[in-house]
Amino acid sequence: MAGLTFLLIVALTAIAYVVGRATGSRILARHGVAMHSLPGYHGAFVAAWVGIPALVLVLLWLLLQGTVVDNLIIGSIPDLPDDVGEVQLILSEIKNVAAGRIFSEPTAEIEAAAARYAAWSTIARWAMVVVVLALMLVALFIARSQLSHRYRARNNFELVLSGLMIACSVVAIATTIGIVASLVFEASRFFALVPITDFLFGLKWEPQIALREDQIAGAGAFGAVPVFAGTLLVAAIAMLVATPIGLLTAIYLGEFASDTVRAVVKPIMEILAGVPTVVYGFFAVLTVAPAMRQAGGLIGIGVSPNSALAAGAVMGIMIIPFISSLSDDALNAVPRAMRDGSLALGATPGETMIRVLLPAALPGIVGGILLGVSRAIGETMIVLMAAGLIARLTANPLDSVTTVTVQIVTLLIGDTEFDSPKTLAAFALGLVLFIVTLGLNVVALRVVRKYREQYD
Amino acid sequence: MTVADDHQLPRPVDWSAPDAVRRRRSRHAADRRLQWIGIGAISIAIGLLAVLITTLSFSGYRAFVQTMITVDFTIPADIDPTDPRSSRRFRTVVADSLAAKFDEVERSELRSLSQLLTNNAPFLLRDHVAANPSLVGTTVTLAIPAADPVDQFNKGTIVRETPEDRRRISDRQIAWFDTLDAEGRIAAPFNWGLFFNADSRFPELAGLSGAIVGSFYALLVCFLISFPIGIAAAVYLEEFAPANRWTDLIEVNINNLAAVPSIVFGLLGLAVFLNFFGLPRSAPLVGGMVLALMTLPTMIIVTRAALKAVPPSIREAALGVGASKHQVMTHHVLPLAMPGILTGAIIGLAQALGETAPLLLIGMNAFITSPPGGLLDASTALPTQIFIWADSPERGFVARTSAGILVLLGFLIVMNGVAIFLRQRLERKW
Repeated sequence: MAGLTFLLIVALTAIAYVVGRATGSRILARHGVAMHSLPGYHGAFVAAWVGIPALVLVLLWLLLQGTVVDNLIIGSIPDLPDDVGEVQLILSEIKNVAAGRIFSEPTAEIEAAAARYAAWSTIARWAMVVVVLALMLVALFIARSQLSHRYRARNNFELVLSGLMIACSVVAIATTIGIVASLVFEASRFFALVPITDFLFGLKWEPQIALREDQIAGAGAFGAVPVFAGTLLVAAIAMLVATPIGLLTAIYLGEFASDTVRAVVKPIMEILAGVPTVVYGFFAVLTVAPAMRQAGGLIGIGVSPNSALAAGAVMGIMIIPFISSLSDDALNAVPRAMRDGSLALGATPGETMIRVLLPAALPGIVGGILLGVSRAIGETMIVLMAAGLIARLTANPLDSVTTVTVQIVTLLIGDTEFDSPKTLAAFALGLVLFIVTLGLNVVALRVVRKYREQYD
Repeated sequence: MTVADDHQLPRPVDWSAPDAVRRRRSRHAADRRLQWIGIGAISIAIGLLAVLITTLSFSGYRAFVQTMITVDFTIPADIDPTDPRSSRRFRTVVADSLAAKFDEVERSELRSLSQLLTNNAPFLLRDHVAANPSLVGTTVTLAIPAADPVDQFNKGTIVRETPEDRRRISDRQIAWFDTLDAEGRIAAPFNWGLFFNADSRFPELAGLSGAIVGSFYALLVCFLISFPIGIAAAVYLEEFAPANRWTDLIEVNINNLAAVPSIVFGLLGLAVFLNFFGLPRSAPLVGGMVLALMTLPTMIIVTRAALKAVPPSIREAALGVGASKHQVMTHHVLPLAMPGILTGAIIGLAQALGETAPLLLIGMNAFITSPPGGLLDASTALPTQIFIWADSPERGFVARTSAGILVLLGFLIVMNGVAIFLRQRLERKW
């Protein structure tokens, strides 16, 4: 039905364009060059007024129809249980019955409600088509009646276009607001169940146990410190791998490499950057972790099968191209005169790099490293596949640790009950993750920009 | 006292003095050291990429062929393949037809013998007969995928020398397999099932079609949303927006969104699209919408770069002959910038194709045995399918996972290749 409606909108918009243009052509034939806008703009003006309101209406309708019908159905059922979860269960049973998926014999009430549900859904769908059609026809006649040889169809159409463009650029802000609102809202529900101080400073993280009734109030089960510590440990290992390799790669490519080497190495770095993280995750599980276990076995050290070291090392590989390209940018931004001056004084290329270019580019490089840290903290798939699930407060890289992102995914996978502290905890973790990465990015961008302005 | 005494000229430096030579040598050695360290770093990076690709290819190439066993099935005349209850009888048909090849099979061994073939062999046979009803009562020769242990054995990952209790294929099964092999009934053709089957609990039947279709739908939605919105936003910010706080706010926002971890977008999709708007779980539509929000900043940034690359003289010339600002944009600047925008869009979509974490949160990691029929059907996507397989304990899924990764990388290479081709062919240097 939705597809049909969209087709209808497209068809009527096209018709509106043709109608508007034909009207415009008639006006042109009568008035000649005294006409303000070309016939095409008359068509576009009418089409915009027919298509855009209808599209907005349909999208709103589709988004809200489900909720409205659900509430109507819930309101129509007599003697409802108080519990929200049970109401949801009844609702989903009604929907299943209405869709013909009958698992157990439904009660007469449920069947009646299912029949109502089916009927109201059909009514709602048809009502949408009828309302949209009426709206478009009214818009077509009103917009067409405006057209005349003095009518500024082009200006008005361009006004509509500008409005559309502004609306599109506001989408980015709407996304940010959506992220912040949903994270803060769900996290505040979590903090109503678990005190925020317990969450931020507690040393015990056992969310799985908390599903049981008697554990919900259990203090300390949602202490996120071990999770934060694990995240920092993995990120630190990743940066220890990525920073030297990335930075030295940038130094070599910037100062010593011939054009051929550069032409070969740069695409390879781009490939490293383009490999999906799920691939790195599987690489960690398939190759790196077993190799590290074997190496540990050879020298007699026990390495956990999902050690922080394996996850961090592979994450480091992922971040190498990131660090190298940002360092490259920073080194390139140093004015050429500084480099030439140093070389002219007799410094070797290496001395120029270490004593002149690197210090000058340091703020940019630090900014790049901060961005890399933010990426390491937010990375999900590698740690999800290669790091552990159990939160352990340890600084031993050979041990298994868990991270914020791993916990978010494992808490939410497969489970959509939205009132248990277990699922809400994921949003609290998400909020912390969002704030930390945002802070890192803001600081990094500020550092980079401030330093760039010095040379511009 | 003379002026010359006051300004004593430095003594001329003796560049060939042993001291100077040593200093120079050590400085040049330091230079070379730095160079070698740089080469070492690059070699490590390239070596790691090489290790990644080789291990994946080595573990994945086996999944591109599938061991098939050709068996003559005797279909009884009174069987009705359209009746769903007939599958039990087909199971007997499969076991008996296999047993008929070997005279000394006891009844207790029938089960072990049928396990040479995939567990779904009766259904494959039933579907084949149902498609050709004339086969009822005749003998059908059909190639059926071998079960995972047999497949592994044929490909050499399980070896004969392993003690029987430590491998998943018994000595008896190996003997039967050898007999069939000697008769030429074992073959390992190209595994089309990898591309045309949907997911399955049995590695020998599991394929990527559901994931490929799901990824296609999700990318389609992602493109349809992020491409027009991204272009419109970029054009506004680059060409029309007044320089004020509001515009600054939007720009800062876009830059920050580009660096938000992808999993946060998954949380957004879960809280807003699934819970607030009640859209269906696991649907490619929701996946595409989340990916679109993630791709949007990239799309805006590349479009702005492409618009900046169009020289201002074009705009001035068009304005000079009386075009309105909008006409300058739609008639001249946008068409000229389009190759650059398209290139960026394809690269953005390639990034979206590899994105996994947000799709996990909106449930695109479900076990679904048929490709989605539409945007609202439950489905997986390529990266989430790889994640599901990587989590499966069966040995056969290791090869499938690597093969899935190779397919995903193949798609990415094609998309990036198209982008590079477009850039080289269409982009204009001014």
